[in-house]
Amino acid sequence: MTEKPKLAVWKFASCDGCQLSLLDCEDELLAVAEQITIANFPEASRAVVDGPYELSLVEGSVTTAHDRERIQEVREQSKFLVTIGACATAGGIQALRNFTDVRELLAIVYASPEYISTLDTSTPISAHVKVDFELRGCPINKQQLLEVINAFLNQRKPNVSTNSVCVECKQRGTACIMVTQGIPCMGPVTQAGCGAICPAYQRGCFGCYGPMESPNTTALASQLRDLGVTQAELQRMFRSYNAAAPEFSQVGDCPEGEGR
Amino acid sequence: MSTSHGGTRTIKVDYLARVEGEGALYLKVRGNVLEDVKLKIFEPPRFFESLLRGRDFREAPDITSRICGICPVAYQMSAIHAMEDACGVRVDGALRQLRRLLYCGEWISSHTLHIYMLHAPDFLGYASAVEMAKDHPAIVERGLALKKVGNDIMNLLGGREIHPINAKVGGFYRAPARSELSDLRETLLRARELAAETVKWTGTLEFPNFEQDYTFVALRHGDEYPMNEGRIVSNKGLDIAASEYDDHFEEQHVAYTNALHCVMKPEGTCYHVGPMARYALNYDQLPHPIQDAALAAGIGRVCNNPFQSIIVRAVEVLYAVDEALRVIDSYAPPEQSSITVVPKAATGYAATEAPRGLLYHRYAIDQGGLITDANIVPPTSQNQKMIEDDLRCFVPTCMHKPDDEIQYLAEQAIRNYDPCISCATHFLKLEVDRR
Repeated sequence: MTEKPKLAVWKFASCDGCQLSLLDCEDELLAVAEQITIANFPEASRAVVDGPYELSLVEGSVTTAHDRERIQEVREQSKFLVTIGACATAGGIQALRNFTDVRELLAIVYASPEYISTLDTSTPISAHVKVDFELRGCPINKQQLLEVINAFLNQRKPNVSTNSVCVECKQRGTACIMVTQGIPCMGPVTQAGCGAICPAYQRGCFGCYGPMESPNTTALASQLRDLGVTQAELQRMFRSYNAAAPEFSQVGDCPEGEGR
Repeated sequence: MSTSHGGTRTIKVDYLARVEGEGALYLKVRGNVLEDVKLKIFEPPRFFESLLRGRDFREAPDITSRICGICPVAYQMSAIHAMEDACGVRVDGALRQLRRLLYCGEWISSHTLHIYMLHAPDFLGYASAVEMAKDHPAIVERGLALKKVGNDIMNLLGGREIHPINAKVGGFYRAPARSELSDLRETLLRARELAAETVKWTGTLEFPNFEQDYTFVALRHGDEYPMNEGRIVSNKGLDIAASEYDDHFEEQHVAYTNALHCVMKPEGTCYHVGPMARYALNYDQLPHPIQDAALAAGIGRVCNNPFQSIIVRAVEVLYAVDEALRVIDSYAPPEQSSITVVPKAATGYAATEAPRGLLYHRYAIDQGGLITDANIVPPTSQNQKMIEDDLRCFVPTCMHKPDDEIQYLAEQAIRNYDPCISCATHFLKLEVDRR
């Protein structure tokens, strides 16, 4: 019998929710653990097996000089590196700092800012090292996570759709809430994967899975304005959990009629 | 890891395992005297309170839930109640009951995660629950099945278990039909048996003989075990509204940690929030069968041994399952899924009971509803100094043991609090310095 492949889970700046998704696989966790060695997963185990690792799952964004070095070490020890979640893939909600002066932010939270070491920006893992696959979502979908782990351990391409949330609404049988009820919705420009939860709960998509493959943000911005969304509201809509994704970061910067 | 240098020993844990987030522990021992304890939090700061400025008041529940993937409902509930306080709105009836049900889901899921997957391996001598499952499959499978029930509640009512999407200022985006909730009933009845077995089982574990005279701080509500509402009380005479929190507590910035230490004014004393505090201050609000189950598992009406917090968590899981059943059985859908909330220039305050303890939010908003100031005090910030105090008192009782055993017990003492480092860094690495 050959040795089981080793899985490592790494945390950068994040809320722990995406790695929790693995522990939330209540029905599958013990079966997964039979196929792989959970070699480095501090949230779940104090045992650490040295690398190299067949597959590294990376959660969180790079926000400190130390983490900028650490991600290089993670890459060197990993055959495949997969980022999990909006922080690791687009910088996360904490990338809102990229639009402001971080020293001002520090002074608001901490009485003695000199104790804190931080970078001016929150950047995705791909800004620092080669990433083999990016799994989207704030948080990720655990079934997609299992699919990605399966795919990499079996050396095949993950079956993860890059369609928009609109496709999932159709699959789910949810009537379009923007068309029928005039509720502002980011579904048309947002990547599927969540299962189109928000529209099914009478709420507009707020883009937590980030931009879909070819998002027409100009057309959506125009539609949203027609629904009464103000320029400031539009900018806030696109500047949330995937604010630093290039397709989202500029939307709402320019007034109506000047495109993006 | 331990090092010895000229009679001083240092025990360091560079990356604490089975806690949420990144932290470390440093113990310095000279001869047999513990000289220094530092619980360090190196989780990188994310500046939530700053990022909230200029955002719409309705965005706070979703944005602050991203502070913690383990207890997002707690952040949503504190933010929502603080915003409703600012706008002078009170949400009652079925909507209030649904919020309680959502919180039951998070208590069940978060507590069960800690009991079985993070804390139990310490008691049974394993590195992880997955390793524990090889020898004790029935125990781990019971834990996973129970945890899943909490997630089932959050999935149904919140849309998903991590960062649920349905709660809003004023109520919910969509209120469930009675039949949807009834589907959970059979699952919860099975879960009640699993939860009762869990209380019994935690009572059979071996606990170090260690007690502290704690200052417990928790919400207290006259009619129910506290979740979303109540006065902030202590066993030492405190009794205040959430709006008076800043008058009685303050956050201090300490050099070695990215988390703020919260202490009680005026002397800067440490205090204890979480399941043990809630239980001690609200024992009388538990239904009699649950009181009996707690006493049968070996804890009194007040539990002062932090290692027995695992029993108290199990008692709270049993309560949450019971309470969820009560809410479902009495549920009549509200006429509207939410009430309209009109912003006004004001400051709002709220404290709710996150699984790990009191979670305080304060927001100032302008008349357009934009946030001008935010302050968030998570449970682990409040417990961090208490954890250090526990270590300062507990580690000397095991000084005769080898360093690796001291380290193991010290880690367990930290995990007693189910510390959430992601939360506290708005938290940890162990170093024992022996010279």
